[in-house]
Amino acid sequence: MVKEKRQIVVPGETIVSGNEFLPGDGAYRDGEEVVANRYGIANIFEKHVRVVPVSGAYYPVRGNTIIGTIVDITFNGWLIDFGGAQNAFLPVAEVPRYVNKNEMAEFLNFGETVIVKVWDVKSRGVDVSMKMRGYGKVEGGMILSVGSNQVPRIIGREGSMVKLIKSATGCDVTVGQNGKVWIAGKSTDDEVNAKKIVEFIADNVLVSGLTESVEGLIKEMGLKGDVEVVAEDTDKE
Amino acid sequence: MAEKGIYTKREDGRAFTDVRPMTAKVGIVPSADGSASFSTGKTKAIAVVRGPRTLHPQHMQNAQTGILRVSYGMMPFSCGDRIRPGPNRRSEEIGKVTEWALSSVVDLSGFPNTVVDVFVQIPQADAGTRVAGINAAALALAHAGIPMKEMVSAIGVGKIDKTLVVDLDKFEDSEFHDAEGSTDIPIVLTSRTKEIALLQLDGKISVQEFKDVIELGKVACDDILKVQMDALKNAGGKDNE
Repeated sequence: MVKEKRQIVVPGETIVSGNEFLPGDGAYRDGEEVVANRYGIANIFEKHVRVVPVSGAYYPVRGNTIIGTIVDITFNGWLIDFGGAQNAFLPVAEVPRYVNKNEMAEFLNFGETVIVKVWDVKSRGVDVSMKMRGYGKVEGGMILSVGSNQVPRIIGREGSMVKLIKSATGCDVTVGQNGKVWIAGKSTDDEVNAKKIVEFIADNVLVSGLTESVEGLIKEMGLKGDVEVVAEDTDKE
Repeated sequence: MAEKGIYTKREDGRAFTDVRPMTAKVGIVPSADGSASFSTGKTKAIAVVRGPRTLHPQHMQNAQTGILRVSYGMMPFSCGDRIRPGPNRRSEEIGKVTEWALSSVVDLSGFPNTVVDVFVQIPQADAGTRVAGINAAALALAHAGIPMKEMVSAIGVGKIDKTLVVDLDKFEDSEFHDAEGSTDIPIVLTSRTKEIALLQLDGKISVQEFKDVIELGKVACDDILKVQMDALKNAGGKDNE
């Protein structure tokens, strides 16, 4: 992929001029010019212009993994609050087993936490599914809230950072793109260690070479040294 | 200007068309979706944006678009006399005009049935609080990633006796009563199309002078826009590094 210069744009600012460019997410056309309608990083890829947000609330995208809480049970599904503009809808058909419609609370009850995948995003709401492996009801462990803009750094390039945390603490770590992190380990101590590492990353998203500092922190905490060699973390996600 | 009035020199030594020294910063409230502070001289404003989020009570929801809701308030010790905390006639009005000014650039059609809340607070006031509040609110909305057609910049322009002045301070705005007295005109200008999003008038002014005031406001808004752009671009670079 061609590496483009990253240019921060402000709403109303011209990103590029020319009829051959196509405005995508976060951009609109004004005569000859393609203009940003959102604050973020302009990304021009083969005449397709987008603005990727760098701050602000979480906007779900198809394929995202999100962690949320059941807030309502309707006749054909559950409503999940995940910290976005609207609640997500999980239909009965999208859960991995047969659920009797009269006893839906038996399967998922109010206040229970679930890990789901975003299936469809419409302006009126989000449809989610938990039919795939790794999705489902959260049992045990702890949920951590970080900013949704810090998530890419916690995941690391191709999941390198999450792998690092998992191998160091022996915990199962699931990161939701909405900024919720689920940590489940054999003991509370392991979970607290993992939590400390995640919080460290969230506090240092701006630091370059974060992998090294995290490795240092892991050593400092006296955890197992079987740290795999991961890709160098000099670039942004 | 044809005739010279009695107001020939400003207290703080500024030229009549100068804006007070400005500072702007985004991301001052980490728990919010977007936040910003903006100050001109002694006037300081902070703005916090939360949302889009589901709007309650439900009867206020609009199924076609999200709505913008602005609240404005001056802190109890922000100026000379203590202000009784809580909403009052003036703060409700300013919240409303801020909402109207920002609504012309914010596009919430992608988030039906939701609300975007903007909270503007004035920790320190030295005239021009509504324009400082609007400048901060525009920054905070952009920082929250809310879709906006363009930015807005705001400035108070006025007339002291017969002299047109930009960015009035408290003395010029409310303590100058000699000769023709003082007139205050807050102007909100959009950044791209240079349209007027808000125009208010407190005092008396002739038609020709009014036209000159708007020209002065347009020039000043360009300076303010530069400060706003700098604040956003520098914070963005940090956020992403």
